[in-house]
Amino acid sequence: MSLSKSVREGSRIALSRVLSQVENRTHAGIQALDELFPFTGNAHKIGITGPPGSGKSTLVNALAKQLRLLQGEPRVAIIAVDPTSPFTGGAILGDRVRMLDLQGDPGIFIRSMASRGALGGLATQTEALSQVFDAAGFDFILIETVGAGQSEVDIVNLAHTTIVVDVPGLGDDIQSIKAGILEIADILVVNKGDRPGADQSLRYLKSMIDMGYRPLASSAGKHSLADSFDQEKSSQNEEVRDLWLPPVLKTTAREFTGIEELVTEILKHQEFLKTSGRWQLKEAWTLREIVRKRIEAILVHDFFHQLPKGLLDLTMDDVIARKVSPSSAVEQLLTYNRIRSKSHHSE
Amino acid sequence: MTEKKIRVLIAKPGLDGHDRGAKVIARALRDDGMEVIYTGLRQTPDMISEAALQEDVDVIGLSILSGAHNALIPQIIKKLRQNGQDNVLVFLGGIIPESDIHSMLDAGIYKVYGPGTDTRQVCKDIREAVEVKQAE
Repeated sequence: MSLSKSVREGSRIALSRVLSQVENRTHAGIQALDELFPFTGNAHKIGITGPPGSGKSTLVNALAKQLRLLQGEPRVAIIAVDPTSPFTGGAILGDRVRMLDLQGDPGIFIRSMASRGALGGLATQTEALSQVFDAAGFDFILIETVGAGQSEVDIVNLAHTTIVVDVPGLGDDIQSIKAGILEIADILVVNKGDRPGADQSLRYLKSMIDMGYRPLASSAGKHSLADSFDQEKSSQNEEVRDLWLPPVLKTTAREFTGIEELVTEILKHQEFLKTSGRWQLKEAWTLREIVRKRIEAILVHDFFHQLPKGLLDLTMDDVIARKVSPSSAVEQLLTYNRIRSKSHHSE
Repeated sequence: MTEKKIRVLIAKPGLDGHDRGAKVIARALRDDGMEVIYTGLRQTPDMISEAALQEDVDVIGLSILSGAHNALIPQIIKKLRQNGQDNVLVFLGGIIPESDIHSMLDAGIYKVYGPGTDTRQVCKDIREAVEVKQAE
């Protein structure tokens, strides 16, 4: 029996093997993904992001436990991403330490993942892993990003619902959450709510939202204002966009305080996405991103593959000697490959 | 475009009070370019085999200081075999009396390390063992 079939039939060991094959981008992994793809598109993907030490893993632990109590005992998968050392390529994946409450529950599957050089808060293959869990029949997929600062916002391209976690005492005003990360929140959480300053953080965030600051989160990945206007013009349900105002919640994840309310908001958001048609839009966006990124990766790989050995080094010598500028060097290399591939064709 | 990293689970079974040694090893393996899943203190055999299954690790590194290795190790190995995880290599470190090392190896432990072991040796052993295992 093929690995992907065993995954569909609920084998946990097959699931684990396929996750590794997919993460390592082996041929078997690519084949399994192809076979599993028709069965994806059902899971609710929830991203959890926020600065290091804000309690993301502890929140995921509490959240998963609470989700399991819902009607029908939905199955929950967790992908926890931690950073890879840029110097050694190694990683310490320590998120499981905070998730000990979930041990022994067969409806939960936790997979730790190293970022392996990707900089957007996720690993390159995080999306692919979520597809495997989706096809394996998990109802919720919780994706915990690496500790994020300002620009680690890849999660919006993947998650249906993005939860941004903040903690009291990171700053005396709204600067504690950077604009980039506030923008992507569908739900804002002030964790460690038993600490001094929690209510103040809550107030700051609420007033920020109430001021009418509209996050562009729902138009996942749109960066400029012009883009979002374009999208608005083309979008039929222009008004629906503004119906979702990110709620701001206080939690103390370690004590399971505020978690029920968080789950309620997640379900409300799910309902909102589905009734407004945004669920399908997000899916379409995510799939388009997958295809785009794959093309980019292959083109870049092919480009360097086609370049004759040593040419890059030779060109770089000129750049280092400041005889050629970086952009002229790029132009030279691109031109070289173009001429080369043309002459190949005419042969 | 494939990328394969050695994945190691570091766990402390039993009731040991501290995990400094386990953290030193975790750090050394990380610096050697491996992906180390750290699960911390007071793990039961069930928890260890389940975590190893979910993480699909090549190697499990156990650290025991309490003297409970004779009770714990056979349980862990049994659990792994029951789950079909025979391919996982298990290393043991901590305070293991000389006279128990043989029985640990007989139980299915790949190698036993005592205090003062050079971490570079551990990294080297793991790389070699995984290479041999994968060639099989």
